[in-house]
Amino acid sequence: MGDHTIDLTVNGTTHSIDVEARMTLADALREECGLTGTHLGCEHGVCGACTVLMDGQPVRACLVFAVQCEGVEISTVEGLARDGQLHPLQQAFWDHHGLQCGFCTPGFLMLAVGALAENPDPSDEEMIEILSSNLCRCTGYQNIVKAVKAAAEHMRS
Amino acid sequence: MKSVGSSIRRREDPALLTGRSRFTADLTSETLAVAFVRSPVARGIITGVEAPPETLVFTSEDLTGVGSIEPVLHRPDYVRIPQPLLARGRVNFVGEPVAVVVAGSRARAEDLAEQTFVDIEMEEPMLGAEVAYSAVRTHPGSVSNVVVEGAMSTGDVDRCFAEAAEVVEISIRSRRQNAFPLEARGAVATFDPVDGRITLHASTQMPHVLRTAIADLVDMPESDLRVVAPAVGGGFGQKMALPSEYAVLVWLARHLESSVSWIEDRRENFMSSFHSRDQTYVVRAAFDAGGRMQALDGDLACDVGAYSCFPVTWGVEPLMAMGELPGPYDVQHYRVRSIGVTTNTCPMSPYRGVSRPVLTLAMERLMDVAARRMGMDPLELRRANLVSTFPYRSATGVVYDEGSYVQSMDEAARHVDLTGFRARQEVLRREGRCIGIGFSVFSERTGYGTPTFAARSMEITPGYEVVDLSMDPSGRVELRIGASPHGQGLVTTLSQLVADELGLEPVDVRVIHGDTDRTPYGWGTFASRSMVICGGASQLAAQAMAGRIRSIAGSMLEASPADIVLDGGKAVVAGTDQGAAIGDIARLAHHQSHRLEPGAEPGLHARASYDPAGTFSNACHVAVVEVDVETGHVTVERFVVVEDAGLLVNPMIVDGQIAGGVTQGIANALFEEIVYDQSGNILTTSLLDYLPPTVSEIPAIEIHHLETITDASITGAKGLGEGGTIGAPAAVLNAISDALSHLGVEVFEMPATPERVRAAIRRAEEVVRG
Amino acid sequence: MKPAPFTYHAPATVAEAAALLGEDAKVLAGGQSLVPAMNFRLARPATIVDINRIRSLDRIDVGAEIVTVGAMTRHRRFEEPIEPGPLGRLLAMAAHKIGHLPIRVRGTMGGSLAHADPAAEWCSIFRVLDGRLVATGPEGSRVIEASGFFDTVFTTAIRPDELIETIELPRLADSYRVGFAEFSRRAGDFALVMAAVVLDMDGETVRTARLVVGGAADVPIRLEACEAALAGQSLTSDTIGEIADLAAESVTPLEDIHASVEYRRDLIRAMTRRAMAGAT
Repeated sequence: MGDHTIDLTVNGTTHSIDVEARMTLADALREECGLTGTHLGCEHGVCGACTVLMDGQPVRACLVFAVQCEGVEISTVEGLARDGQLHPLQQAFWDHHGLQCGFCTPGFLMLAVGALAENPDPSDEEMIEILSSNLCRCTGYQNIVKAVKAAAEHMRS
Repeated sequence: MKSVGSSIRRREDPALLTGRSRFTADLTSETLAVAFVRSPVARGIITGVEAPPETLVFTSEDLTGVGSIEPVLHRPDYVRIPQPLLARGRVNFVGEPVAVVVAGSRARAEDLAEQTFVDIEMEEPMLGAEVAYSAVRTHPGSVSNVVVEGAMSTGDVDRCFAEAAEVVEISIRSRRQNAFPLEARGAVATFDPVDGRITLHASTQMPHVLRTAIADLVDMPESDLRVVAPAVGGGFGQKMALPSEYAVLVWLARHLESSVSWIEDRRENFMSSFHSRDQTYVVRAAFDAGGRMQALDGDLACDVGAYSCFPVTWGVEPLMAMGELPGPYDVQHYRVRSIGVTTNTCPMSPYRGVSRPVLTLAMERLMDVAARRMGMDPLELRRANLVSTFPYRSATGVVYDEGSYVQSMDEAARHVDLTGFRARQEVLRREGRCIGIGFSVFSERTGYGTPTFAARSMEITPGYEVVDLSMDPSGRVELRIGASPHGQGLVTTLSQLVADELGLEPVDVRVIHGDTDRTPYGWGTFASRSMVICGGASQLAAQAMAGRIRSIAGSMLEASPADIVLDGGKAVVAGTDQGAAIGDIARLAHHQSHRLEPGAEPGLHARASYDPAGTFSNACHVAVVEVDVETGHVTVERFVVVEDAGLLVNPMIVDGQIAGGVTQGIANALFEEIVYDQSGNILTTSLLDYLPPTVSEIPAIEIHHLETITDASITGAKGLGEGGTIGAPAAVLNAISDALSHLGVEVFEMPATPERVRAAIRRAEEVVRG
Repeated sequence: MKPAPFTYHAPATVAEAAALLGEDAKVLAGGQSLVPAMNFRLARPATIVDINRIRSLDRIDVGAEIVTVGAMTRHRRFEEPIEPGPLGRLLAMAAHKIGHLPIRVRGTMGGSLAHADPAAEWCSIFRVLDGRLVATGPEGSRVIEASGFFDTVFTTAIRPDELIETIELPRLADSYRVGFAEFSRRAGDFALVMAAVVLDMDGETVRTARLVVGGAADVPIRLEACEAALAGQSLTSDTIGEIADLAAESVTPLEDIHASVEYRRDLIRAMTRRAMAGAT
């Protein structure tokens, strides 16, 4: 129960929720909208597990308050697959073993979706720079790089 | 069409990729939230706890009838220190839970926890392994600060040193680590008002052990407690120890007859989750003129924190170090003393590799230093000393099954073109740039069962795995296992194994794990054991079931069961097109059981256990680094792995494990360190201070495989999960020392932070100038 | 780690925002520094004044001599040069080093300056350019020069009832060379030490120089001794080396768990050298 009633538009659906001002977007998504795919790894903006898109750009949802997000188009991992079809990035992560425990995966997916939308053909160097935004503890990263490259190529064709 | 050996995609992935998986923190709706009030000081006497009025708060005084965590090693040197679930009388480390607050939300619980004051009469904390023989006890009244002490002596070490052509002594320091699973710990205890049972969803690697332990502690029948490991976001050993917080949660749920949740945040995880690898070794080796190591002597000290982790105890690091120091090297004169020292710091649990990353660092640095001193090629020195005849019985009584230690080293050397590297190194040195190459050869003890654990004299002796395999009338199977995967892909790989035995597709095999209500008693997933032991049991169960299917098919088809082949969902008489669908056989076994032979069990069910002594996998790691002499920064330019884990059930998953492990090893070597100040305050409580690497810091890891199949593992697979962390630090530190060898700089401490490397360079520059 | 409760306002104008400020209120701009501190409960303002809705603060005006940046301009805007000269180049060099992409999407120049972390790129850049900013409170606006802006760690000349409205950065003639170098443990981390240089060149000779070292002390430090020593010198690698040595001696660096005094001096030497050697 909170003192602000806000409308959060997530993956095209509007959720009318009551939150305290101090509730972060990440917590609001998880607890008020039932979208638990966005994960909390650190709550101080370093690990990137909570990455979502705000108006198409990747942000740390743990560093934004829900009350700041009225009128914003929020995209989370739950909105990637359409009609039972995986998004090319999800498919590529699957094909290239880009995940092990899966906890960091939604954050990486949203980071990649946002970055590739803006720059569909990043150089290897740009790719590494973008992906260094998030931490993974299981994979050692190289399959994530492979997956994002493969998906980018697929999405360009 | 065989599935074992093929890199099929993981069954686990679609739910994880779409955000549908449920991790512990995703299960907290309809629960009260809990926050722990933790000690702000490292040591002292609790004189009072004051919470705001109306706060639902509990301290150890409220936990009547509740036991203390007290894992036991049956050794005369083992010192038992009970750990109360909430601090009682004294606090023993910063972050120790003293009280627990319950509220409607985590935010509110934190508000109340922050206003709950713990009054403590501060005392000077006991810090560092140096307090081993202090008259002041970390735990007043205890017999010693040395809580575990092992010693071993074989052969005539003194004579070997006296007669040696060369004696080399080095001192290795490994700084404290936090395994840093991306998902911190957490648990949700739900109370069922119908039968009073508690279900604990917990981020853990060992659901059955957790259940036994917590039921004991809160004095409830084990069958009243169900533990479920949902999706778990990494463990690496940090979650194979019992957190007192999980037990408190179960107590709360029973006491309040309500559902409660605790989701650990990152600061708590740094401060009070289990740490590891705070160790110092002094290692001496005696070599003959030909470079053969005659004797090895070690003095090993491990800071093991304030309490003993359950179930493996705080003996695990010092005793494993003692038992495995020689690694893959043949040395029969071996003397070692190894101690675990209790201090006013966070308790320790095993972290991927446990002590082996440190002992491998010690042995591999030793080899490089010895080679330099004796003017020998470092690989030739290793060749002269690596075990190459199997089975090999080590000085510590461990039997090594067939491995490829020398071959892995030679193969790795081929891949890195040493001659070309040395030429490039020379050219760059003239330009003022320092590149270096470092090798590390090691073996990894994996898949070891009860007999091996029993040698440690643990009260709770893990080892076996049991599986339950059942085929339903449709001809598909369910495999229920006691292992508890959390990213290792075991669901996929076990389905490959079982499918091959039964002539099915992997998708026809459902693997059930993590739920104590649905799986046989097992030890969980840790110590590179699951494919070997659980896989072995799964293979035995599948073979038994296949035998039964062939028997029924034989009757149906009027052929000898020995002539029946299971493939493609059918039981076929070999060399003919006569067959029966496995589904039809299953239906018969369930619905036409009168057609089975007299006395036959209806249905199709097999239960099997496997409990091997263990098997050694091995690898050679090579790191190529560049050291920036101005800043001490180390870039890992290239990393090569030649690894032998026997049969690879799913090569893609194997490579993923190696890449992840090597990355943690590089992190250990260069980046990660938990730091305490002199008052016992932990200074590294965020990701701004504790530095797991990003993709920018990790090169593409080149992985090559050898395959040595031994009898020691019935599937032919060896464990491999910890190899990456075991070998990588040594390779990196050897490479740094190689890069700076022309400056006379050697590194023996990890992490080799830029500051430490720069300080070593500066000292060497001063020596040159002075 | 949930923040302490607070009252939230999202004013639409600077005047409204200023009226809401006071002792226990904090301005919320990009949130990339403030919100982590709040999540840790290291910062616990009773009131948050969210200025993200004030559109007029998100702008870049490139004038003939000066570029005026609105306080809410996001770091990302500077990744591509905002003007074709040395200023645009220097800002781009620095922008790429700020954290990671998602941080640059939200973080703002105004927020970064107001937060005054000595390891923040914009703080050193602002200082080396001798920029100025306009701070507005209930009583009106005033100009604060870079030289008088930084007080100590996380403390500036801004009063509790003021917010930064605009930042003014001088454009540089084409004779200028600019350089930037920083050292951090991992990609995107806060710098342990950074150096920013602005050199007015006459061929290979330095007419005037401005050098700033950030991350080493409690505020960005102008290396006046180095600037004096450089004036009139040829930019040879020997000279650069000497200036770098002088820089290391000129600053009394901080000590923390990431770097000792001695190590920071090494880094000051290295970063100053690299910023000068790489100046373009």
